[in-house]
Amino acid sequence: MSNAVDVAAVPMTAKRRGAQLVMLAFAVAIVMVAYANVGLGINGQVPAGMLAYGLGLGGLMLAAYFVLARFAPWADPLILPLVTLVNGIGLVMIYRIELSGQPGASAGNQLFWTAVGVVMFSATLIVLRDHRALQRMTYTAGFVGLALLILPLVPFLGREINGARIWVGIGGFSIQPGEFAKLALVVFFAGYLVAKRDVLALAGRRLLFIDLPRARDLGPVLITWGVSVGVLVFEKDLGTSLLLFGAFIAMLYIATQRTSWVLIGILLFVGGALAAGQVFDHVQNRFQVFLDPSDPALYDKIGGSFQLLQGLFAFGSGGILGTGLGQGHPREIPLSFSDFIFAATGEELGLTGLMALLMVYALIVERGLRTSIAARDPFSKLLAGGLSFILAWQVFIIVGGVTNLIPLTGLVTPFMSQGGSAVLANWILIALLVRMSDAARRPPPQAIQDEGLTQVFQR
Amino acid sequence: MNGTLKKAAIACLLMFGLLMININYVQAVKADELRTDSRNQRSFFARYESERGLITAGGETLVKSVDTGREKTFRFQRKYTDGPVYAPVIGFFAPESERGIEGTENQYLNGTHPDLFVRRTVDMVTSKPLRGASVDLTLVPKAQKVAYQDMQRSGKRGAVVALDPKTGAVLTMVSVPSFDPNPIAVPDRAKAARAYNKLDADDNEPLINRATQKTYAPGSTFKVVTSAAYLSEDGSRDVNTTVDAPDVLPLPGTTIVLRNYHGESCGGRATLIDALTISCNTAFGTMALEMGYDKLQEQAAKFGVGQELSIPLGVVKSDIGKDEGKAALTQTAIGQRSNQMTPLQMAMVAAAVGNEGKVMKPYLVNKIVTPDGDEIETARPEELDEAVTPDVADKLRQMMVSVVQNGTGTAAQLPGITVAGKTGTAETAKGAASHAWFISFAPAEDPKVAVAVFVESGSAGNDATGGAVAAPIAHDVMQAVLGK
Repeated sequence: MSNAVDVAAVPMTAKRRGAQLVMLAFAVAIVMVAYANVGLGINGQVPAGMLAYGLGLGGLMLAAYFVLARFAPWADPLILPLVTLVNGIGLVMIYRIELSGQPGASAGNQLFWTAVGVVMFSATLIVLRDHRALQRMTYTAGFVGLALLILPLVPFLGREINGARIWVGIGGFSIQPGEFAKLALVVFFAGYLVAKRDVLALAGRRLLFIDLPRARDLGPVLITWGVSVGVLVFEKDLGTSLLLFGAFIAMLYIATQRTSWVLIGILLFVGGALAAGQVFDHVQNRFQVFLDPSDPALYDKIGGSFQLLQGLFAFGSGGILGTGLGQGHPREIPLSFSDFIFAATGEELGLTGLMALLMVYALIVERGLRTSIAARDPFSKLLAGGLSFILAWQVFIIVGGVTNLIPLTGLVTPFMSQGGSAVLANWILIALLVRMSDAARRPPPQAIQDEGLTQVFQR
Repeated sequence: MNGTLKKAAIACLLMFGLLMININYVQAVKADELRTDSRNQRSFFARYESERGLITAGGETLVKSVDTGREKTFRFQRKYTDGPVYAPVIGFFAPESERGIEGTENQYLNGTHPDLFVRRTVDMVTSKPLRGASVDLTLVPKAQKVAYQDMQRSGKRGAVVALDPKTGAVLTMVSVPSFDPNPIAVPDRAKAARAYNKLDADDNEPLINRATQKTYAPGSTFKVVTSAAYLSEDGSRDVNTTVDAPDVLPLPGTTIVLRNYHGESCGGRATLIDALTISCNTAFGTMALEMGYDKLQEQAAKFGVGQELSIPLGVVKSDIGKDEGKAALTQTAIGQRSNQMTPLQMAMVAAAVGNEGKVMKPYLVNKIVTPDGDEIETARPEELDEAVTPDVADKLRQMMVSVVQNGTGTAAQLPGITVAGKTGTAETAKGAASHAWFISFAPAEDPKVAVAVFVESGSAGNDATGGAVAAPIAHDVMQAVLGK
């Protein structure tokens, strides 16, 4: 029977839905144990709300799983459980920090936004059946992204919190439009670069061993650079500026295969940073703090190294195994529930816990990049690559900052830091990756008839 | 695009690799430096995290750690009962330092002492919280309070030390003015520092333990040491041996003379017992000239002078001064000039006379008890030296009994108990008020307590004498210890 032979010849991707469900349950279990651990560490009792909390998180994730199984059945089985784990650990840490009495930390709030995030994740999967629809909205996305970036600068709407003007107040809510801008701009970059990549890749002169682009092709790079510098200058937000520019350069490189773009990007960035350092105190401050955070003069200075050093103290006090959940002193670290959540986690879970967490982040990123390699069209490749890279880049910037690997620039730690905008934006990011992995892993159409002029395909 | 995507993937892995290497560096290599940085409050919290041991004496709890319920920050706070009464001995447990017994016994109190290792390990396995061992002091609370009140009541400055002559156990150690350790023990660095600095700047030096950390001219109480040297030099001498005791003793090689207190007369010649009883300066001047500096110095050294002690509080050296010629020597013999003693040293002199000449090493810690009630360390009395033979000690005892019965020390008499003692009134400077001293032991035949009382110059009127000012305090302390 030739029919049977033909079917067997086409490799079928396993859906691995069962494995995903088990891993999801495992991730929820780890989070529940961690939650119980916080209670035991603080007052020797399992927190009263543990079951409700666990069932809540479990139910939420089960719902997300069903949506995924129904609307993206071929999706990568690892991404959702990994994100669930990181998000859950973040919730546990915020709960723990709230118990320590640090003002501003609210686990209930974060749980609410996580729920909304999962709803957004599901909604994205349900509504966006084909992500290539986004390619048609390239310039719309670019416009929306830019508008979102500028929004905090609008008088009466923007708010300055902790020295950075990156917030917009609507009613009682404060949202960080930059987090959503990040998504829109990656979509724009992907669409734009897919359209222009041949020109950007091929035209130009060769100088020594570097292919230089044509001057007029430099336009988009310079505009993005200008926007980044604008963010830096007007919103005093080093983190977002570095995040967007880095992501753009990486996507430019992925699209054009030209190393010269990376070099030009680095030159522009270093030049911009040096100039900013000359002009703005806070930029130069950050750099001095980076060089010697333990300098007593910088420690006592307002906007000096106090926060960074308190974070480093937390890392040091945690050591290799950590103090155990509930047994550290996160209250000592300013903003331990947001920018510095990694330091608070490092104190209680130790080097061991952080290595595991970084591993989970690395796995999410690599699953995303794998999706991009498996994707079948350039737009999907670029979008998946860009989203994965921006996630890795964001983790690098903030974790590198709090561990003093690079100068500290404020950014949220994806899925861990408290903050509704970031949680929503990142869940949407994950939904996009899941959607694309579904498309990438879906088996190619199979002929359901043996032969004939008209073929009917089944997807 | 797959080629560049793979390179991007490698770049991402590289970023995570860098983060991981850096976290290893921060949390493993640099961890100790960061943990112990003085700006890291965690080490400060750790001090308050576990229940520190009690400090007790005579069945009373003097210091305890109170659970404030402030989990993970300043959980246990130190509370001092009758703070000023015991502060010079117990010291304090401040946010960043500890003094006194709190400092010397810190490892027992916080539970980190090697002797507590096994217990600590067992507790860790059974997940019981770490608790420190208790320190039981040799002090007698009743006598301690009496001594403090007597000194405090009249605004005197000075010190009272009582020893058990047979063991060296310190029964009373009071230094006035004192301080309340509670404000220094608050778990707030700034507040504690403010309280400490205020005390530190006080001209009356309340932070100094006058019994052990400072030396003063002992005045006539030192005549007991001079007598000991004179009696020991020649075994045939006894309490009735007579020496020259002129009204005015010309000092060799100078134009000045040695006189008796207030220019009194001792009748030209005096027996040793009379000379001590009425505290005749010229008689002791004569003895010193006859013996020479070295004899006096050796005798003093045998009583412990010149030794730094750790009881376990640090005790500074007492010193009779350098050999500065015969004129100076006569003054040294009556406890003046460069002769400087700690009140503890003078209590040791009295105790040694009472203990047949044997000097016992003073000690403050009676025993160390684990939270479960097991004794892990008990004090063992230790002989420091034999100052005089039992025979000489007996002669000195007779002389000192006479001082209290017939001489300058009658204020120290106790009903039904023979008391041996010696007064001292030491000039500090021309025209300035004198230090008042009294040393004693009782019962004379079988002493249970030896006392030194020191009242600093100027704090008890301009005409303070040992007999009038210091002896009554010694009386009260002896009575409190003996329970009469």
